[in-house]
Amino acid sequence: MSVLEIKDLHVTVETDQGIKPILRGVDLTINEGEIHAIMGPNGSGKSTLAYTIAGHPKYTVTGGTITLDGEDVLAMTVDERARAGLFLAMQYPVEIPGVSVSNFLRTAKTAIAGEAPAIRGWIKEVRDSMSNLRMDKSFAERNVNEGFSGGEKKRTEILQLELLKPRFAVLDETDSGLDVDALKIVSEGVNRAKATTGLGVLLITHYTRILRYIRPDFVHVFVAGRIAEQGGPELADRLEDEGYDRYVDTANVE
Amino acid sequence: MTAVTTAMPTAEQHGIKAHSDGPIVPVQTRSERFKSYDVTDFAPVTGREAEWRFSPVSRLTDLTGAPLDGSPYAVQATDAADISVEWVGRDDARIGTAGFPEERASANAWTGFEKALAITVAGEGRRELTVVRSGLGSAPRAAHTIIEAKPFSNAVVILQSTGDARLSENVEIIVGESANLTVVSLQEWDDTAVHLASHFASIGRDAKLKHVVVSLGGGIVRVNPSVHLAGAGSDIEALGLYFADAGQHLEQQVYINHDAPHSRSRVTYKGALQGEGARTVWIGDVLIGRAATGTDSYEQNRNLVLTEGTRADSVPNLEIETGDIQGAGHASATGRFDDEQLFYLQARGIPEGEARRLVVRGFLAEIVQQIGSPALEERLHQAIEDELRGTEGE
Ligand SMILES: Nc1ncnc2c1ncn2[C@@H]1O[C@H](COP(=O)(O)OP(=O)(O)OP(=O)(O)O)[C@@H](O)[C@H]1O
Ligand SMILES: [Mg+2]
Repeated sequence: MSVLEIKDLHVTVETDQGIKPILRGVDLTINEGEIHAIMGPNGSGKSTLAYTIAGHPKYTVTGGTITLDGEDVLAMTVDERARAGLFLAMQYPVEIPGVSVSNFLRTAKTAIAGEAPAIRGWIKEVRDSMSNLRMDKSFAERNVNEGFSGGEKKRTEILQLELLKPRFAVLDETDSGLDVDALKIVSEGVNRAKATTGLGVLLITHYTRILRYIRPDFVHVFVAGRIAEQGGPELADRLEDEGYDRYVDTANVE
Repeated sequence: MTAVTTAMPTAEQHGIKAHSDGPIVPVQTRSERFKSYDVTDFAPVTGREAEWRFSPVSRLTDLTGAPLDGSPYAVQATDAADISVEWVGRDDARIGTAGFPEERASANAWTGFEKALAITVAGEGRRELTVVRSGLGSAPRAAHTIIEAKPFSNAVVILQSTGDARLSENVEIIVGESANLTVVSLQEWDDTAVHLASHFASIGRDAKLKHVVVSLGGGIVRVNPSVHLAGAGSDIEALGLYFADAGQHLEQQVYINHDAPHSRSRVTYKGALQGEGARTVWIGDVLIGRAATGTDSYEQNRNLVLTEGTRADSVPNLEIETGDIQGAGHASATGRFDDEQLFYLQARGIPEGEARRLVVRGFLAEIVQQIGSPALEERLHQAIEDELRGTEGE
């Protein structure tokens, strides 16, 4: 049984105005196969949490721990974290000119598996995953994310999720910018990954609509760099009706 | 490209307007620059001249100042139907038809060569020929090459140089009406080699030249292509790829002279620099003359800086003498590695060294993919890979 544990996490970022604290004591435990939704206002630190788990060099951890099955994630490099089974689907996936999707996928799979995948099985797996995500074959030969629409970029993130088979995935607003058909397709991809590999998911979103397709076990309200409240799926519906006002007010009083 | 090199201090884009920039603004228009094939017509090189200001002239005095050995040298050429490779005398009618020296090293080579290597392409089907010279020795020498594509011919000619050399040379490229010629000048010299080259191309009516400069090896390598778009509808695709390691000076001065209506030019040079003292220079002059109505031109240079201690100069110049053009623009950018790309690749499990190689390879692949010779493309990917191996262990 895999578990990703975040304890009392404090994170700062360096800005032009100096060092700015963003995460102020985040506690979160995700077990294998669980789906946790994180909702919260703009600028509350959701992406910061996602990037910190992945190890982005811009963010400095000033306190707390992140462990994966007891292993110290914070001591690992970015690529070691990925190889240990962590995956971040980014809010803004990066373009890599001159590197084809197929070359990128094969290189990543080889790095994560520790050996090159058998060619024929791999080609079929890529083709099947692409067709499940309704991606045209031609994407394989295009450069990573270059000229992709917002929705195409998000599908490509989920394609990687399906092929790289991590143990835990952080999805940072993967639903933003998707029309309803694409939303269903992408959600199916996440659900497939969960069903086949027991993936644990941290799903960051502003909208409840994706939660109709990916049912969360827990919903966390993220405000001013920490979790202000948690509950079950019903909490998401309440947030949709009421917004974050009462949490924001409390946070400001502190 | 869609900038690999984001957030660069020197990034710039300019639209349609006569414009020049860079460290020094030229005092004369490019078309008025002095030309002669007699070395004695040029004053000794000081390093202050527009065409020498970025070059290590003190290390070039034998090539710019003293007489050169102009005898023929050993070449190996592959076989290709309808392409002849032969040595011809100075009286060959084609000599001097594509252009004239504009600086002293070029004039010195012109004055000193005894025979010219002539590569003549005829026929109509597409052909490919490789000419290899390896090891021209350490004595200063001159060379002259003519590449002529007869009307309607279609060929890829690869000039490949390896080993040691101290060489100043001129290459004339004559592209006949409606011909389609690719010339690849591939510099894979030893690190001791010094190579100064001027390429002069003249492109006829509706003809197309793809001119590719690939500089990977050599201590000092300076390849300056001058392209005369002489016939209506003529087309030049000028591509360049360079990878400078510690101590290497790789330079290219590209001059595109639009001298006929509806001519088109695309100039794309990309370079990578790594290691202490790695130095690159790119100057791109585009002149759109009074006769060149309805022309379309774009030039760009991108440099990717991989380590500290390198220097890349990039100077685009655009002169426009007619109001009637379809398009003209330039871009120049020199930047460090994009950390977001690195993070993205590493976040997919790819170790840092490999992620860096992937990004650089991708950056340079844009040029390699456009060459149009699969065998050569494969070889260049490998050569770039070998250059990148040099980064490891740092
Ligand atoms: N690299 C950075 N430089 C400066 N400020 C930053 C940086 N990264 C994050 N911040 C600041 O930290 C705060 C949290 O940002 P973060 O991106 O984590 O918010 P978010 O909850 O993901 O917001 P959104 O819902 O808009 O995506 C914001 O005030 C943001 O401006
Ligand atoms: Mg965010």
